[in-house]
Amino acid sequence: MANKIPRVSVREQEPAIRATNFEEVCYGYNSEEAQLEASRCLNCKNPRCVAACPVNINIPAFINKIAEGDYAAASAIIAEDSSLPSICGRVCPQENQCEGSCILGIKSEPVAIGKLERFVGDWSLENECKGCVSVTANGHKVAVIGSGPSGLACASDLAKMGYDVTVFEALHKLGGVLVYGIPEFRLPKEKIVAREIDNLRKLGVKFETDVVVGRTITIDNLMDKEGFDAVFIGSGAGLPRFMGIDGENLNGVVSANEFLTRANLMRAFDNEYDTPIYVGKKVVVVGGGNVAMDAVRTAKRLGAESIIVYRRSEAELPARREEVHHAKEEGIEFRMLTNPTAILGDEKGWVKGLRCVEMELGEPDESGRRSPIEKQGSDFEVECDVVIMALGTSPNPLLKRTTKGLETNRRGCIIATEEGATTRKGVFAGGDAVTGAATVILAMGAGRKAAKAIDEYIKSK
Amino acid sequence: MLMFKIVEKRALADNIYLLRIEAPRVAASALPGQFVIVRVDEQGERVPLTIADFDQAEGTVTIVIQTIGVSTRKLCTLNEGDYIADFVGPLGNPSEFVHMSSEELKGRRYLFVAGGVGTAPVYPQVKWLHEHGVEVDVIIGAKTASMLIYTEEMERVCSNLYIATDDGSRGFKGMVTAKIKELIEVEGKQYDECVAIGPMIMMKFVTLTTREYSLPTTVSLNALMVDGTGMCGACRVSVGGKTYFTCVDGPEFDGHQVDFDEAMRRQAMYRSQESESNERHNHKCNCYGK
Repeated sequence: MANKIPRVSVREQEPAIRATNFEEVCYGYNSEEAQLEASRCLNCKNPRCVAACPVNINIPAFINKIAEGDYAAASAIIAEDSSLPSICGRVCPQENQCEGSCILGIKSEPVAIGKLERFVGDWSLENECKGCVSVTANGHKVAVIGSGPSGLACASDLAKMGYDVTVFEALHKLGGVLVYGIPEFRLPKEKIVAREIDNLRKLGVKFETDVVVGRTITIDNLMDKEGFDAVFIGSGAGLPRFMGIDGENLNGVVSANEFLTRANLMRAFDNEYDTPIYVGKKVVVVGGGNVAMDAVRTAKRLGAESIIVYRRSEAELPARREEVHHAKEEGIEFRMLTNPTAILGDEKGWVKGLRCVEMELGEPDESGRRSPIEKQGSDFEVECDVVIMALGTSPNPLLKRTTKGLETNRRGCIIATEEGATTRKGVFAGGDAVTGAATVILAMGAGRKAAKAIDEYIKSK
Repeated sequence: MLMFKIVEKRALADNIYLLRIEAPRVAASALPGQFVIVRVDEQGERVPLTIADFDQAEGTVTIVIQTIGVSTRKLCTLNEGDYIADFVGPLGNPSEFVHMSSEELKGRRYLFVAGGVGTAPVYPQVKWLHEHGVEVDVIIGAKTASMLIYTEEMERVCSNLYIATDDGSRGFKGMVTAKIKELIEVEGKQYDECVAIGPMIMMKFVTLTTREYSLPTTVSLNALMVDGTGMCGACRVSVGGKTYFTCVDGPEFDGHQVDFDEAMRRQAMYRSQESESNERHNHKCNCYGK
């Protein structure tokens, strides 16, 4: 019976309206909608969704509690495995994880696990006092580098165990990629991110912004002079890649990181703020991931005609399906199987267009995706005045350069065990700094594993 | 929230102010050649500024600012005792000579060429070399005598100070480049390295001049930046045909390899936005030329 109910659709801002503002696209479920959607869950004996969740949240159990209307119990179940449900519910690629393996998805639509997780997370932010857990301080100090998903998750768990945790953040605002990268329309900063961080403050976690570990202080000093027993590195993958094609240093070519940082962190879209942003009339975003979608939708909201150029086909787009769908609804043009070969400039050195070549798909490459091959003689030009490169990012080499005994691999990622132990004693790492650019949920999971490992390490000392 | 207190404010010249900021962590780690990023308040831009001095014992860092746009003006309306929202650093790599052994430094002859507010970041470099027993000549260029800054401080730490003003109101009348030529050709001075810090256009012409004498020349680039930690890439610069990020690979580069025309064009990226991020390095100074 339960599976006869169609998936409860979620209310969203009208595409034509939201393409002109930065308010959140999706409104989320209300209580009634959440309970109805929760009632669709079959409560499988062998829940495939749990296995498909990177942190193995007991999904049927929390959904069952939603159906009963016991949101506090649902929240407690999620909290066993995830510390940021209102964030992960919004940004996880559920179609490849929990929802992608939901049995209901075979014949109809999977349970909207992400939207239900978000519902519980938001309910908990509204109704629960996270800081009310009383913790006995154990007197040990741990430093966490970076206030993104892995750092916040690690700090949260350590604080609950009684550690004296200080989080060091290089930027002036806390949240890492949640703040500088993911736009407001996908993840509200004040309503969600700031409140998650406030919860950590209530747990006793200290935060120091404007500290670039590796420059302002070093890991060696934190451990030798400031008395930190262990350090967790959650510094993410912040270095943008460029293509290395002609014209990349023309005025009007920016990394997605720069474009999004100006818009999100520096709030360049708001006239009250001093930071400028340049969108021109027509923006081309190169890339097909979530960051590319965020950049192109931001450009659209700032008034530019905005298109995506991606070298493979739509099926290979690495972005979440929901983001692609939302982008299309908002009027973003997608040019698939197209690869830029040069950026063209005017006589003053500003972008005037993009030279591209058509691609076709060949044999699968090592990533399992069919590799794009240039079609000879298919060159063409796209007129534009801004080109945004969204080609991925890699970890910042600063910590490796300034920390004795901290090893990285060929791609610049910190070498760490599954539990997060690095090659330097007492130093742990997790998230994008270890894996290269990945997802919020994986980073959060890594932060929590490392918290456990740090606890064991300090207790064994 | 952590805030950074202004412990001293002084007007150095028209529209040029010195601010000494309480920032113990930055002061403890700062070395010559590095910079900070300053954000005056919640709405402010992140403005990169080179460090003009630092005092580890006091826990203070000195910056020198020319008021050009919104952010620098806002910063200079603050007074002693006021706080600025953010002060992060030290960023970028220190000058190469701080990594040299006393053996390597011994007998090296440096010529520093400073233009406009670029004189301020020259000071800690010259001071450091002086403290390590290295002889340094310094040329300070400005449009006119009243625009000169840091002359007395510099005098105390360098071997020879030469002042060049466009109008001849003090010192040599003419561009810093003409002074370089005079020192080398007329006075027969010999240098192992030139370090030029000032407006891009001045640095460009200094490098063109020193190239004639095959004098290795280091420049400190004041590119546009947002985060200053390698994240945004706004500060991309072509050096020897390769792209570098000024914030993490610089700010000092081999001046003879820098594509200055591109660097100047890139500095103007946001000029039409009527924001100051673009204009902040657009010093009204004519201390360059051939």
